[in-house]
Amino acid sequence: MYFNVNDAQLYCYTGGKPVDAAKPTVVMIHGVLNDHSVWILQSRFLANHGWNVLALDLPGHCRSGGAPATTVEAAAGVVLALLDAAGVATAALVGHSFGALVALEAAARAPQRISQLVLVGCAYPMQVSPALIDASLNDPLKALAMVNVLSRSTLAPPPSALGPGTWIYGASMALGRHVLASNPHVNLFHTGFVACDSYRHGDAAMELVACPTLFVLGAVDQMTPPKAAKSLVAKARQAAVVMLPVGHHQMSEAPEAMLKALVDFLDPRR
Amino acid sequence: MAGYADPGFDTIALHAGATIDGTGARAVPIHLTTSFVFESSDHAASLFNLERAGHVYSRISNPTNAVLEQRIAALEGGAGAISVASGQAALHLSVATLMGAGSHIVASTALYGGSQNLLHYTLRRFGIETTFVKPGDLDGWRAAVRPNTKLFFGETVGNPGLDVLNTPEVSAIAHAAGVPLLVDSTLTSPWLVKPLTQGADLVYHSATKFLSGHGTVIGGLVVDGGSFDWDRSGKFPELSAPYEGFHNMVFTEEATVGAFLLRARREGLRDFGACLSPHSAWLILQGIETLSLRMERHMRNTQRVVEFLAQHPLVARVGHPLLESHPDHALAQKLLPRGAGSVFSFDIKGARTQGKAFVEALKVFSHLANVGDCRSLVIHPASTTHFRMDDEALAKGGISQGTIRLSIGLEEADDLIDDLKRALRVAEKAGV
Repeated sequence: MYFNVNDAQLYCYTGGKPVDAAKPTVVMIHGVLNDHSVWILQSRFLANHGWNVLALDLPGHCRSGGAPATTVEAAAGVVLALLDAAGVATAALVGHSFGALVALEAAARAPQRISQLVLVGCAYPMQVSPALIDASLNDPLKALAMVNVLSRSTLAPPPSALGPGTWIYGASMALGRHVLASNPHVNLFHTGFVACDSYRHGDAAMELVACPTLFVLGAVDQMTPPKAAKSLVAKARQAAVVMLPVGHHQMSEAPEAMLKALVDFLDPRR
Repeated sequence: MAGYADPGFDTIALHAGATIDGTGARAVPIHLTTSFVFESSDHAASLFNLERAGHVYSRISNPTNAVLEQRIAALEGGAGAISVASGQAALHLSVATLMGAGSHIVASTALYGGSQNLLHYTLRRFGIETTFVKPGDLDGWRAAVRPNTKLFFGETVGNPGLDVLNTPEVSAIAHAAGVPLLVDSTLTSPWLVKPLTQGADLVYHSATKFLSGHGTVIGGLVVDGGSFDWDRSGKFPELSAPYEGFHNMVFTEEATVGAFLLRARREGLRDFGACLSPHSAWLILQGIETLSLRMERHMRNTQRVVEFLAQHPLVARVGHPLLESHPDHALAQKLLPRGAGSVFSFDIKGARTQGKAFVEALKVFSHLANVGDCRSLVIHPASTTHFRMDDEALAKGGISQGTIRLSIGLEEADDLIDDLKRALRVAEKAGV
């Protein structure tokens, strides 16, 4: 489904369902060089179990038009504008990696509109090594391989997003190549990494967030190590932490545990 | 396995997809079960609706098969794979997922006889036509494209002449036409070449051959590189438009890089049902674990045998790219630096009777219709694997009435050469 956001068409995966004003809404925000499909199992489940799901492709990524956001703050503005475009007054925000920073910033800017905040694979500051930033600009395929090796925790992932038989490393490489190729005008990889690295408002943003916050972290995550989320966890007003025994591919390396963490948090009555 | 480098080929061949389960079993367990118990009614519904990951019924997926699928996908550099009942089932699943009646395929002339048969005769009955072009005729590939073309298809090295598919060039032509390139890599295995890294979009194997390697099991595998942009092509409503057969699911929206795999499994295995037995999957896994060791030996033995045959006075031609006389020698050196496989053909001088005498005199080589076994094999293609083809079609495939096909195994190279030497003597006498 497409929404007109800031004069551009923004794609959101909704599970094939229209937005229903009677249902709670979950916005799912992907990380650098990803798109909506990284949430596919979780988003499809939520869309079929009582939630409106808006799993967006960030501007300039894959199915979405518009200029890519060059800062976390700009991307947060897009998320809040999406709520307006979809006619959604309040929503839960779920973000992964860069998307987690975007969700955090959006929740800080409009605390009255955000019911719950889920930060998956989140760190603050989300520093990216100069070597990786340089590689993302000058040798993006090499950088993509580095990121995927660092993100992986196992050579034997369970049945996952594309079904049994998915090789998550290869699927992630293919998705990264696809996203990179989807925008011939902007290097989405480098832009995204610079946005992560230069975000300075995380601690202040966390203090402005009014809703409960769930941190879903990977115990062996080398991209966003759990210890790098400690300051945010300490500042969150109502923090919960779920530690998964995986790396940075929380949604695909532990799809069931990820889903359980989400559902338990979003609807504790279930 | 966190780390700073991607594991090497042998590590992947031994470990990818295999985790230690609750029993502590080190080898991959064989899950001989048709079906899997649901946790609840909601769990069952979610599995059927692709909201949760897991297994339902072994025609669609099975834990043992999933290990094999992850492993071959990892070795090929793909996004995922599907195991099926045979190499032919792999080809059929690929075609049937991507097209229906009214579609068109451009394929190499240098194909396994069974593949040629499927494309030329059987699929035509279902409204899918194929134009065959010489694998090295790049203008021919380009000229054969029609508005309804949906697929390019070739073998990494054509059976049995070992015509080397120029995958980078042919895939570029395919992509310019908005269609994917499917490659049969059965004769090369990922140890010799990874076609996805050279531009192919889909790869399949008859796992019956080198992957299993012991002549004990029939099976097939399809690997999707996840790189082809089905939406951008606009030629594949099968993947990019709502599918009534699965609640109007749009596969490319569900899975940006896995649309083909999703439909192939959820429709192809569900409806056509050419699934692989978990026991067969386990046998293929056993083979893959020693693939590199066997391929090294296959290639060493092949070099010795090719060199022997090339200098033998009763041999008119040896069709292996190891030799400078082979038309694809230079291309093979570029695309297949580890070798062009251990299945090749050669022509015996003289009449058909000499070829017959040669085959029947062999003691170490087994006369049968297979390749890629650990044991050395021999066959006469014109009267067996390619018997449905007329002389013109045979010639296009580089086969004559005197062509003998060998599959070089893992025996001592000296014993293989002695066997061939003795049989050639018998053949020579048969011509007197």
